[in-house]
Amino acid sequence: MGFYVLRRLLALIPTLFIASVIAFTVVRLVPGDVLDLMLSENVYSSGAPEDRAQLEQALGLDKPLYQQYLHWAGNALRGDLGESLWRNTPVTGEIAARLDVTLELGILALLIALLIGLPIGIFAAVRQETLGDHIGRTFSILALAMPNFWLGTLVVILPALWWGWSPPNELVPFFENPVENLKTFLLPSLILGTSLSAVIMRMTRTMMLEVLRQDYIRTAWAKGLRERRVVLMHAVKNAMIPVITLVGILVPILFGGTVIIEQIFRLPGLGQLLLEAVSTRDYPIITGVFLVTGVVVMLVNLLVDLCYGYLDPKVRYDR
Amino acid sequence: MFTETSMATAEAAPRNEPAPTLLRVENLRTVFEKDDGLVHAVNDVSFDVRRGEVLAIVGESGSGKSITAMSLLRLIPSPPGQIIGGQVLFDGQDLLDLSDDAIRQIRGRDISMIFQEPMTSLNPSLRIGRQLAEPLRVHGSVPKGKVRERCLELLRQVRIGDPEKRLDAYPHELSGGMRQRVMIAMGLACLPRLIIADEPTTALDVTVQAQILELLRDITRANQSSMMLITHDLGVVARYADRINVMYAGRIVERGTAHDIFHRPRHPYTVGLMASMPRLDDAIGNRLTPIPGSPPDLSDPPSGCPFHPRCRFAQPRCKQERPPLERLDEEHWKACWVNLDDTH
Amino acid sequence: MSLSIQPPAAATPATPPRRRNRPKALHFPRRLCKERPLGALGAMICLVLLLTGLFADVIAPEGFNAINPIERLKAPSAEHWLGTDQLGRDVFARIVHGAQLSVIVAFAATTLSIVISALLGILSGYFGGRLDMIIQRLVDGWMCFPDLILLIVAVAVLGPGTWQVILILGLLFGISGSRIVRGAVLSAKQNVYVHAAQSMGASSTRILLKHILPNVMAPLIVLYTTRLAAVILAESGLSFLGLGIPPPEPSWGGMLSLDGRSYMFQAPWLAIAPGIALTVAVFGINMFGDALRDLLDPRMRGGGGRYLARVKRTIGS
Repeated sequence: MGFYVLRRLLALIPTLFIASVIAFTVVRLVPGDVLDLMLSENVYSSGAPEDRAQLEQALGLDKPLYQQYLHWAGNALRGDLGESLWRNTPVTGEIAARLDVTLELGILALLIALLIGLPIGIFAAVRQETLGDHIGRTFSILALAMPNFWLGTLVVILPALWWGWSPPNELVPFFENPVENLKTFLLPSLILGTSLSAVIMRMTRTMMLEVLRQDYIRTAWAKGLRERRVVLMHAVKNAMIPVITLVGILVPILFGGTVIIEQIFRLPGLGQLLLEAVSTRDYPIITGVFLVTGVVVMLVNLLVDLCYGYLDPKVRYDR
Repeated sequence: MFTETSMATAEAAPRNEPAPTLLRVENLRTVFEKDDGLVHAVNDVSFDVRRGEVLAIVGESGSGKSITAMSLLRLIPSPPGQIIGGQVLFDGQDLLDLSDDAIRQIRGRDISMIFQEPMTSLNPSLRIGRQLAEPLRVHGSVPKGKVRERCLELLRQVRIGDPEKRLDAYPHELSGGMRQRVMIAMGLACLPRLIIADEPTTALDVTVQAQILELLRDITRANQSSMMLITHDLGVVARYADRINVMYAGRIVERGTAHDIFHRPRHPYTVGLMASMPRLDDAIGNRLTPIPGSPPDLSDPPSGCPFHPRCRFAQPRCKQERPPLERLDEEHWKACWVNLDDTH
Repeated sequence: MSLSIQPPAAATPATPPRRRNRPKALHFPRRLCKERPLGALGAMICLVLLLTGLFADVIAPEGFNAINPIERLKAPSAEHWLGTDQLGRDVFARIVHGAQLSVIVAFAATTLSIVISALLGILSGYFGGRLDMIIQRLVDGWMCFPDLILLIVAVAVLGPGTWQVILILGLLFGISGSRIVRGAVLSAKQNVYVHAAQSMGASSTRILLKHILPNVMAPLIVLYTTRLAAVILAESGLSFLGLGIPPPEPSWGGMLSLDGRSYMFQAPWLAIAPGIALTVAVFGINMFGDALRDLLDPRMRGGGGRYLARVKRTIGS
């Protein structure tokens, strides 16, 4: 097991390196010189050529690209992602201030999605081709087809139209007043969770069907077990092992969803920070947010791998 | 323990009364719904299992022998499977009439099954001890405090060394033969009156095969249980079975004592099976002759006798009419229009 | 000498018998209707979407961008089937032309992505070795980034616009899809006949075209349909955020965007029509894709069921 953990950790290094190179390069692909862009958009610059040289030097852009990367990556490893172009505040601080909103939204949505998706998926597989299965599958098909931003828009507009009710958008920190805080987060995470649950449901159903046709399920029936025990003791545990990997697949989708949901419900999360930065062309912030989401996804995947190793007895002992 | 049948005709022979019947199957029919229609996997099958005997069902793959065995406990996945006719009488009650709850009480307690794939028939994510204890717990065969003790006893009975350690092992840590022993221990846990062993040794090494079969026979004898042995392996049948049913295309085509089947086969299919099998008592130089052709497609079976397309004795009548299973003498039955004698 | 009269793999009830190979092209529509009615419905929806896109100018000739301040925010009526928006533009016409835009973006981006997936996947899977290692590490790194975040950053770099969106979506889905193609190539390579062809001295190109490509076709077709839906959803999401297709182009996502939010309280049809169009389009493509996958790859069919056979005596006893 220890060896397995070590191996997973080591495998993370090249991925992290490549991801950081991608994050570093993509933003430097802007057509035209970043410098021109920065100068033309920087209100404090007078447009004189010496300004340009000064800025180039200040940003380290006069050095060869690999040195720039090393400099940037070195700083990033120490938690320094540069400064915002406009506010001159450290990017790391900006991100940290917004991360908790996104994390809370994401975790709540994931919990809701699992709470809805797992039982329905298991049920649909156990009662394959019955009314319940068809209802569950229809739900998942619709939820998959319905874009979450439309669902969110409807939830904001229709109740306001019919009952003059609109979702609370005042944000109270969780540790100050958990109830008020959850009230704000309930609706957004419900919408995000519902659209995610469709993915979970479908995959759980597929995995369960695969497991239910295994020989050991027949053995369990032959022992005279109740169906509930066959499903819960023998099938679910084996189906959950691959479903865990699903969480790793879902987290990137979740990130995309939070961007949209934060926008609809005006929650000051990472997504909003990113969109603000895009509209003001605040490149250090864009790069920073980009890198952070990538690293979070990577870490979640590592966690998933470790859980997988823990749950699957073969991995636990073989490696 | 062969039940030697005399060559005399049935009514004249003074012989031992056969053991009382434990399980009687009558006109069993099981079908599977497939895209291209109904597959009659078990078609009007009748037989009985006597107390204390080893009854074999022999046939090629797809002959319906496994489905027959699983239909007895209704262990047929549904959908797509369905039992559409017949009776399975056990202790005077029809297992096909029982409620889901009642049939579950029978499974694993009165009748248990041992499956053919030891590699995949154990749950990979549960420890052996847990799986072994399950039938004991659900049927309440031993008091709760004694479950572990009984599990150890079972493992010792199937001759697994170091049983304490094995209880905590996961299936993938055991060899194939070891896993099949665990399966047998699981099947024996509640001292069932009938054990259905479906190809118990197919996936194992030849050396392990003999050990497992001997173990099975010894234990069933000691427990005074009956055993239904489902196999395609005539060698197994020759050594361990008292009576044999030969199945072809979802039907029983010949039935008799092991002696009848081996020394006086009366159905061309059985004759073909014998010819395709190496025998020790044969004259040296006899070649093995396989049966030509392949088993029929059960969703579209041939008319008349299902074996006629492959039969070298086929007559015009065989194409039109299906021969019924007829009694030749006390124990010997066959379903064939042709009268074969020992000279074929 | 074994006494076996059959191979050890005996039939279990869950395995369906091998299906006979019938010519697929002829039977496909019939099989679709018979075995997958929902898939047939999906195919119908796809067809309607495609036709709407092709004949948008015929269906709504007055144009999607006819601004008419007097007619602004009118409720649905005989004249304006789906009402008008804040600039007095006919919502129906915008939905129809939005279908055109969706079809263009979906097909262009998906085709691009499939080409990229196929190239990367085949390069990586077929030639293997160090090239495979490098490509796979790059794909690993790329796939760490959430799709939408990558899209947003890419738009920030390239600027919004139809071609930019197509390019970015094609690249994004192309790289992630290459994994699936690589898997298919690897399993096709395992097949004995490839080894046979190699040992007979066939060239790489020949093996690729004759042996690998046919085996990769089925996953590619399935990938294509699922990507169509994903592209439509991603484009509309981007446009919703104001980063996709810039106005006044009638993107369905853009019609739902936050800029129009305040008008939706007065004119809820503005929020409903584009959403329904999107949902129905994605639903149709998904259904069609699912059916296609089931028919092309029958592994997942059948199985399941409870091991408690129903007893329904129709004859005997």
